[in-house]
Amino acid sequence: MMDDAEPIIRVRGLTKGFGRHLVHEGLDLDVRRGEIIGIVGGSGTGKSVLLRQIVGLLKPDGGSIEVFGQSVEGTSPDQYKQLRRRWGVMFQDGALFSSLTVRQNVEAPMREQLALPDDLRETLAGIKVRMVGLDEDAQTKFPSELSGGMRKRAGFARAIALDPEIVFLDEPTAGLDPIAAAEFDTLIRQLQAALGLTVFLVTHDLDSLHAICDRIAVLAEKKVLAIGTMAELMKVDHPWVHEYFHGPRARAASETERAEKVQ
Amino acid sequence: MVQQRGDTPEGRSGGEGADAAVSLEDGRLVLSGRLLVDTIATLKHDGQGAEEIDIAQVSHMDTAGAWYVADVQRRMTDGKEEVPILGADDMQQQLIEVVRRNMPPEDAAAARHVSLLDRVEALGRKTAAGAGKAVELTGFLGQVMAALSSMVIHPRRLRLTSLVHHMQEVGWNAIPIVALMSLLIGVVLAFQGSVQLRQFGAEVFVVDLIAISVLRELGILLTAIIVAGRSGSAYTAAIGSMKMREEVDAMRTLGLDPIDILVVPRVLALVLMLPVLGLIADLSGLVGGALMSWIELGVSPAVFQARLISDTDVWHFLVGMIKAPFFAMIIGIIGCYEGLKVGGDAESLGRLTSTSVVLSIFMVIVADAVFSVVFALIGI
Repeated sequence: MMDDAEPIIRVRGLTKGFGRHLVHEGLDLDVRRGEIIGIVGGSGTGKSVLLRQIVGLLKPDGGSIEVFGQSVEGTSPDQYKQLRRRWGVMFQDGALFSSLTVRQNVEAPMREQLALPDDLRETLAGIKVRMVGLDEDAQTKFPSELSGGMRKRAGFARAIALDPEIVFLDEPTAGLDPIAAAEFDTLIRQLQAALGLTVFLVTHDLDSLHAICDRIAVLAEKKVLAIGTMAELMKVDHPWVHEYFHGPRARAASETERAEKVQ
Repeated sequence: MVQQRGDTPEGRSGGEGADAAVSLEDGRLVLSGRLLVDTIATLKHDGQGAEEIDIAQVSHMDTAGAWYVADVQRRMTDGKEEVPILGADDMQQQLIEVVRRNMPPEDAAAARHVSLLDRVEALGRKTAAGAGKAVELTGFLGQVMAALSSMVIHPRRLRLTSLVHHMQEVGWNAIPIVALMSLLIGVVLAFQGSVQLRQFGAEVFVVDLIAISVLRELGILLTAIIVAGRSGSAYTAAIGSMKMREEVDAMRTLGLDPIDILVVPRVLALVLMLPVLGLIADLSGLVGGALMSWIELGVSPAVFQARLISDTDVWHFLVGMIKAPFFAMIIGIIGCYEGLKVGGDAESLGRLTSTSVVLSIFMVIVADAVFSVVFALIGI
C-alpha cells in the first residue's frame, strides 16, 4: 500500500442536505490511485448522493471535493469538460440511451469528445464492447433487447469508452444472479488491472466486497464511519458496522471466500 | 495494490512527452511518444519490411494505442510467423493482450452492405407485420365486443365507478376545447363561404353551407380527431405505464381480466360520450357560423334559424351522429390495444403512444370515407 501517495479523489468536510434533512455532514474521504474502493452503507445514507457530488451532478452545500487535485466545483466549463473525460460513470441498470444500439452507446462519448474517423471509432467501440464480455450479436442490439446483466455490461463499456482513470460504478451487481454477479466482479478486476483503473464502487454485495475491493468505506451517521480493508473493518465494534460485517449474510460470504482460498 | 499507469494526469492533459511517431530502423518498426486515442488517427504504417515491433520508447498508451500496436502486428504477421513486440512493460503487455483478445473479426465490415434484395425483404416483412397487426386488432375488437355483450347479461361485472370516471375525463373535461374548436370552424366556414358566395349574390346559401358541412362532416370528424389526440393517447399512456410496471400481469394472476377492468370502461365511456361531444360541436359550430354570417353578411340570427330549419334535412344531423359511436369504438380500441402492446421499456411507451394517435386518426378518416360511400349509395 502506498499510503503517502497523493489521493486521486479527496473529499473534505462535505456537507449536503435536502430540505431540512442532512445527508452528509463533515464527510472526509480519500481514494488512492489504482485501488478499488467499495462504498457501503444502509439505505438512505447517501452513497449515490456522494457519487453524484463527486462527478458534479449534485452541488455540495459545503466542503470541498478534489479529483486529480482539481476542485470539481470551482472549475470553468472547459476545465470540467477536461475532467469529465478522465472519469467514467456507470449508473444502476446501465442508463443506456434507448434510441441507440449498444455500440452506438459506447461511441457516443467518443463522438462528443474526440474527432476520430468513423471506422476507427467503430473499431475501438467494438473492442470495448467485446472487452466487457458482450458477443458480436449484442453490438447492434438496442438496450430494450438486452437482459439486465447485459445492460450493465454495456453501461460499463460506455463508462470505459474514453479510457478513463477513474470509473464510478453504482451497484453494478444489484439484480444479477450470483453467477452473473461473480462474473461481473471478475470483469471489474480484470479491466481494472488491464486499464489501470481506479474504481469507486457503490455496492451492497458482500461477495463483491470480499472478492474485489482493496478498501471499504462505511457511510453512516452522515460521514465515513470507518474505512479500511475487510480485515480491519471486521474488527470495528460500532454496532451497525459490526452487524453489517458479522451478520448471517456476511458470515456466509466470508466463509465462501475462505473455502475458495483453501482450494 | 497500486498500479501506476504510464499516463499520469499531467501526461494525459498534454505537455510532457512527444507526440506519437513511427519509423523504420533496420528491419525494426519503432513506435515512440504518446500512443493515445487522439494521436493514433494520424499514424499510418503497414509495417512492410519490418520483422519486429519496438515499443520501448512509447511513453503513454491507452486502449486505442494498444489496438494500433496489435493491428500493425496483425497486418505484419498476415499468416506468417508472429511478429514479436519488444520493449513492452507489464502494463502495456497486459493491455495489448486484452485488446488482442477482443479485436473485431476481419470479415465484420463486409457484412453490413445492404442490397436491393434486403430492401425488398424489409418491405415484405413490414407488409406481413402490418397484416398481422390488422388481424390482431380485429381479434382484440372481438374480445372487447364479447366482454361488452357478456356485460349485457351480467351487468354487475361492469365497473361503474371506473366508467363514470372515464366519462368525466374524456367527455366533460373535453367540452371546452371541443366547443371552442367547433365555434372557430363555424366562423371560418362562414367567412370563407361568404367571400365566395357574394360573387354570385347568393350570400344566404351560406346557411346551407355551414349547416351541411358542420352537421354532416366537420363537427363529428374534428371532434373525433381531438378526442383521439386527447384521450386515445391518454389511454395508451395510462395502460402502457401499467403494463410497464407489471400491473397488468399482476391483475391476471389475481384472476382479474384486464379487458373487463381496463378496456371496457374506457371504450364504453368513449362510445357514450363522443356523440354528446359531437352534438356540442354541431351546436357551437352553428353558433359560430351564425355569428359570422350576421357580422359579415348581415344575415340575422332569426333568418339563419328559419333557413336552417326549413332547408336542412334532419338526416344531415343524423348522418353525423350515426358515425360518432363507430369513431369512438375505433379510438378506444386502438388506444387500449397499443397500450397493452407496450413492453418493458420507456421507449416503446412513447413510440406506441404516437402510433396510437396516428393510427386512430387515420382509421377515423378511413371510416369516414367508407361512411360517405355507403350513405351515397343508399341516398341520404
